[in-house]
Amino acid sequence: MIKPRYIAGQAVAYAAFAVMIAYFASNPVYRHHNPDNALLKLSLTHAGQKVGECKERSAEELAKLPPNMRAKQSCGRERNAVTLEMDIDGVKVFSQVAKPAGLSGDGRSRFYDSREIKTGRHVITARMRDGNDPTVFDQVAEVTVELVPRQVFVVDFDEENGKFEFK
Amino acid sequence: MSNPIKSAVRAGLFRFESGWDMLVGRESNPMYCLGAMSWFFFWVVGATGLYLFVPYDTSAVRAWSSIEHISREQWYWGGLIRSLHRYGSDAMVLTMMLHLLREWALDRYHGARWFAWFTGVPLIWMVFSSGITGYWLVWDELAQYLAIGTAEWMDFLGIFGQSIARNFLNPGALTDRFFTLLIFIHIAVPLFLLMAMWVHILRINRANTNPPRPLIIGTSIMLVALSLIHPAQSHPPADLGKAIGDLNPDWYFMALYPLYDAKGPLVTWAVSIGASMFLSLMPWMAFRRKRRAAAVVTSDICNGCGNCASDCPFGAVVLRPRTDGLHASAKLAVVQPDLCTSCGMCMASCNKTNPFLPHAGETRNTAIDIPDFTFDLMVKRVSARTHGLVGKNRVLVIGCEHGAVLDHLKGPSVGVLPLHCTGMMPPSLIDYVFNKDLADGVLVTACRPGECFYRLGPEWTELRMNGERVPKLRGAVPRDRVRLFWAASTETKALMSELAGFRVALEELPPIVRPESTRRRVAE
Repeated sequence: MIKPRYIAGQAVAYAAFAVMIAYFASNPVYRHHNPDNALLKLSLTHAGQKVGECKERSAEELAKLPPNMRAKQSCGRERNAVTLEMDIDGVKVFSQVAKPAGLSGDGRSRFYDSREIKTGRHVITARMRDGNDPTVFDQVAEVTVELVPRQVFVVDFDEENGKFEFK
Repeated sequence: MSNPIKSAVRAGLFRFESGWDMLVGRESNPMYCLGAMSWFFFWVVGATGLYLFVPYDTSAVRAWSSIEHISREQWYWGGLIRSLHRYGSDAMVLTMMLHLLREWALDRYHGARWFAWFTGVPLIWMVFSSGITGYWLVWDELAQYLAIGTAEWMDFLGIFGQSIARNFLNPGALTDRFFTLLIFIHIAVPLFLLMAMWVHILRINRANTNPPRPLIIGTSIMLVALSLIHPAQSHPPADLGKAIGDLNPDWYFMALYPLYDAKGPLVTWAVSIGASMFLSLMPWMAFRRKRRAAAVVTSDICNGCGNCASDCPFGAVVLRPRTDGLHASAKLAVVQPDLCTSCGMCMASCNKTNPFLPHAGETRNTAIDIPDFTFDLMVKRVSARTHGLVGKNRVLVIGCEHGAVLDHLKGPSVGVLPLHCTGMMPPSLIDYVFNKDLADGVLVTACRPGECFYRLGPEWTELRMNGERVPKLRGAVPRDRVRLFWAASTETKALMSELAGFRVALEELPPIVRPESTRRRVAE
């Protein structure tokens, strides 16, 4: 039974406890992105081309292999690191070289970038190098977009069709 | 002792707690049972979560609307349950973090207590994981923010085959299976949490997992009132095609996310892992603290009564079948040194602890003793500290070295005896003081219950002195000459006032009439 002299004190204490829980459960307000801007996301995973050329196996070499492993070509597993660049209105904003995943370097290279961008018309250019020639970009694509506030615009790579995808 | 920051925090804490005691009454002060409060909130969250699982729709399209439906259409019950679920979990985080801070401030994290501290650190991760996955389930804009932030944070580790964040690139990327997985995680993690909470208190004897009833009732009423007055609300539904603007985050769970936004995943991982490792290793960073020698059992005296095992706050004393044949008893008390904090409560509880035996000149042995503060030494110190006291109101103050500073109380009529813990004082010692006419009154002081540096010292002392727990203070001891007063380390002045009042009261009492036999013994 609560002693009468504590009733007022308990009311104050429980009210303070409740206010503390309720206030920090939803306050103060936090601004993640400026709602007047759009968001540009660059996200892709892509496997670079294999580093070495595949070699045809001779009949003798094939005969030495177990029957279930007699592939006609012998290919190295290692893949190239992938270089990815992105320009917005002619200004380079992203440039990264990503090594292939996996202990043998035979996995995919992964890129992720998220940045706020002013709304309005923009020209976005994406370039990717995944081959053996370090002087050329194997994939280049450009798009002109009209971005609205809070829009999320994604730059991805369509593996099926082998080209950049803007959505 | 400890560092100045900790001392200042502890002093502030004690003052705050004593002020709160005056405001709400001791039984309704949650500061003394913060761990138990966290348990209580866990059960609230668990029970309400079970109910919410029924109407929740585990699909990307209908998750938000199923929660919204019970919150708005059934606000008086479903909405209430949802709010209790949310506020209960917030309160659990609050009490858990206060519990952590308090145990640190009270120096209760090293020595034999390392296990509870160390196993408490993963609980923090589990509580936060449970909360964050719960917020994902609502699938509103806040959930979207958390999902993307957490996925990006996890992706930084590079240990997942596929990027988790790619699941949230656009609305089409998300499937219903994701929500099935999510609710599985949201149920599984709290189950592991419950198991980990059990492990956390495994080495604590009589762990308090239930707050006092008035506190349970008051807190429940408060939670229900809060849920009705200020019900939990969802943000607008998540839309992966839209960037997140302003949010009302639950800061109890989401304080780390703005750090991630501002400083990126590396810093956030460094802070979270670094803080966890630092916390985990804290028990071994207390380099300067020397551990006292553990209690020792004299097996030929021990009669296996089990009082020590029952009173030990850390379960360091256990009863085992006797094999040495040194005593007729079937069982023998055995001390597990790693768990012993040398508080001495076992020595006080032992039914072989008797200051009247043996006769003068011989060492007083007891069945379980503390090597650096033996019972014999305690009795000798009582004689020494009361020797030469003058006046009609001589007082012996017996207290704890972690409580009020007893040395400030010394005087021509006042002797002081600080112990490891007041709980190490056998009640028969008070009897001994009067029987030998060593003082006219005994003032026993201890930290307030719940503030004991060890555990349960003040509680056992009070029960023993009130004759409610063995060993009991003998009925023949004049109660008006014995006083018990709680005084934390910040309350030395209050103890001095209490002592002054006690001495005035003693002066007004008639002299103790002792039997002839006792008078003869005293004269001897």
